[in-house]
Amino acid sequence: MTAVKTAGESGFAGVVKSRLQQLLAFASLIVIYAFFSFASPFFFTYGNFTAILFSAVVIGTLAIGTTFVIIAGGIDLSIGTGMALCAVMSGVFLVKLGLPLAVGVPAAILFGGLIGLINGINVALLKIPPFIATLAMMLVAEGLALVLSDSTPIYFNDVEGYVEISTGNLISGVNFPNAVLVLLVVALIAGGLLTKSVLGRYTYSIGSNEEATALSGINVRKWKIAIYAFAGLFIGLAGVMISARLGSAQPATGMGYELQAIAAVVIGGTSLSGGKGSIVGTLIGALIISVLNNGLQIMSIPQEWQNVILGCVILVAVYTDRIRKKEA
Amino acid sequence: MSRPLLEVTGVGKSFPGVRALHDMRLDLRSGEVLALVGENGAGKSTLMKLLSGIHSADSGEFRLRGEPLSVSNPRQALELGISIIHQEFNLVPHLTVAQNIFIGREPRRWRLLLDERRLNTEAGQLLERLRLPLDPKAAVGSLTVANQQMTEIAKALAHDPVVLIMDEPTAALNDAEVETLHGLIRRFVGDGTGAIYISHRMEEIRRIADRVTVIRDGEYMDTLRVSSASTDRIISLMVGRAIDTSAQPANVRADRDVVLEARGLRTTLLTDVGFDLRHGEILGFAGLMGAGRTEVGRALVGADPLTSGSIVLHGEPVRIPNPAVAARHGIGYLSEDRKRFGLLLEQDVKANITLACLRERFATAGFVNDGAARAKAQEYLGTLRIKTPSLDQITKHLSGGNQQKVVIAKWLAKDCDILIFDEPTRGIDVGAKEEIYQLLNELAGRGKSIIMISSELPEILRMAHRVVVMSEGRVTRILSNNEATQENIMHYATLRPDRNAEDAAELGISDVHTGHSRKAGQP
Repeated sequence: MTAVKTAGESGFAGVVKSRLQQLLAFASLIVIYAFFSFASPFFFTYGNFTAILFSAVVIGTLAIGTTFVIIAGGIDLSIGTGMALCAVMSGVFLVKLGLPLAVGVPAAILFGGLIGLINGINVALLKIPPFIATLAMMLVAEGLALVLSDSTPIYFNDVEGYVEISTGNLISGVNFPNAVLVLLVVALIAGGLLTKSVLGRYTYSIGSNEEATALSGINVRKWKIAIYAFAGLFIGLAGVMISARLGSAQPATGMGYELQAIAAVVIGGTSLSGGKGSIVGTLIGALIISVLNNGLQIMSIPQEWQNVILGCVILVAVYTDRIRKKEA
Repeated sequence: MSRPLLEVTGVGKSFPGVRALHDMRLDLRSGEVLALVGENGAGKSTLMKLLSGIHSADSGEFRLRGEPLSVSNPRQALELGISIIHQEFNLVPHLTVAQNIFIGREPRRWRLLLDERRLNTEAGQLLERLRLPLDPKAAVGSLTVANQQMTEIAKALAHDPVVLIMDEPTAALNDAEVETLHGLIRRFVGDGTGAIYISHRMEEIRRIADRVTVIRDGEYMDTLRVSSASTDRIISLMVGRAIDTSAQPANVRADRDVVLEARGLRTTLLTDVGFDLRHGEILGFAGLMGAGRTEVGRALVGADPLTSGSIVLHGEPVRIPNPAVAARHGIGYLSEDRKRFGLLLEQDVKANITLACLRERFATAGFVNDGAARAKAQEYLGTLRIKTPSLDQITKHLSGGNQQKVVIAKWLAKDCDILIFDEPTRGIDVGAKEEIYQLLNELAGRGKSIIMISSELPEILRMAHRVVVMSEGRVTRILSNNEATQENIMHYATLRPDRNAEDAAELGISDVHTGHSRKAGQP
């Protein structure tokens, strides 16, 4: 055709179509939630509702950072053990070095940024494929977390206010944990940056077509490093959130979180080949995983089967996305 | 008249939102080459996909030698005797020529083991029969684009097809190679076989085809005898209006200021390349495939590193280590492979237009000022006549010509003074080509300096104020508008100073490494 193949989508139908994966994910979230509500009398309570949100915080925080990396066409496997390392670093800063909260917590978050920065340098400057670079970082972080903590948990009992970062209630009188507020705030900031900032635009551009972006005069290497470093801040934040929630930094608990976070990103409609994705989708993905974990636990389904079911959910989510794209 | 070899009647095919084919007709006779022409999106590819079983038709009928034909997958199409060579290569670069030719039906020993020796012998025999000078054991990835194309053709002919269908088979070939290909086709076509030849190039169709079927917007227009149909008639059927094919370069003047000087540029593929680019000039770069034209463009913007040589911009020597620096100097490169190097296909038109200039024009404190970006992009839709339903249209849904305009808009938005167009009209249909030409003339008229790299001589002759002719990585001659003729350009484009002492003498080159072999330029 000389002019144009398909007419542009407009109005409500257009919104539905462009947001279909998110709407589908949201609908499945509702369906899963409704299912557990009928299946178990203990599921549909306010207490359990906040418990689900609570458990979504760590996966959600990691997943938000990873969303940037995946949209830019990369992958980050180091977020799980990186998080454990940042939790340990938080313990080192606050407990071992005795730094005040206002210094130690930002330092732990920045340490996550440092992990991301190194990932970014390895990927963008040394041209190591992201899968390998972050796999290596995953092992390095796991080992360092054990070394720095002498393989024993670091307890935050004496650090006043640390546990409240996660479990306290900023809104007095309402049982709404701070951790959930933190997640919502960072999601808003990340969403804003992804859609409105130069960093966000270049994230999409690099993921869509790295070479064309470079030939358009954009310093792709620099921006890739920035994207990984930015995503690293979320590793640090997740480290703070998980250790605050547990009251201790557990050096050996990180492994496995990276896959849950990547699963959340993918369920939320972000394409692993880059160029597409959203924070809202990732949040829904993180919630789906939390609801599943929580619901299956309440129904006393063994842990092993929970993983089987989670695996199947990922397959179904990605498959529906493929079908939809084929039809479009 | 005898029964046609292949008959297509009343075929229709729709995709969601698009009617790709409607009441399509076509008949291929035994022993003939039928050219199939139409603008991009006219339905040629859809028809091919129906014939190869990738899609199935909504209505209509296919007949092969009078028998109803129904193809449900590409393998079956091959078994029924229909071989299709698609525009994109379907070759595995790591495998050898022989392995590629017999892929999926390798000779076996005891059903399980591959018989590599028989594979190579049979492939060798086939290549000999086809008179193709290819080594069966060469890895396809190491071949030149032209030889890869030949491998693709050998692969298609290895199936002993009844009908051979080729989609733009000469896009990557030079004249000599086109001649080789045409020889192959002529030898293939005979009693009981026929070929369908899809091409944009009218001169080729004139040389190879007996009849030409024209389609437009998914509908059958007419079938003409090539010998009695004028090119203008065919083109006007294709685009639905008459097109002037005798236009000349506009605004040619010799007294312009020099904007950019390239002196002694060397890269791994270039040797001592030097030229001037003047203000408001369209400087054509002509040469055969692999002559190094694309490499000059890439070297100028720092996409390939210079080993020596200098670039002087507005009188100041500059160092351009990467495209980001080139863009800062106002040099934009528009690749021949728009989809790979030029566009974010999955992003919308606005994102593409504002990509290069986002930071300096539409961002405050790291945040994008969407309203201003949108307004500017909207302005370019108007000035460049980009046809799109909206700025939010995903770019891959635009036609080739409009995609090219989006890339142009991107560089204009960046305020580039020097635009390097590599094959500006590749994959763009005849009607839209003319519009791109007008646009180039307008841009030059507004003082932009344009480097136009093109393999199409008519395009060079029609557009370029001066012509830089290249061969084997060297500039062999810079021709003025008056000197530039088809013969002149071809003479200098085919000089091979590295292999031929006479040619070297003509160019006054002494430091030639004889026996020096060169790989063809990468696209």
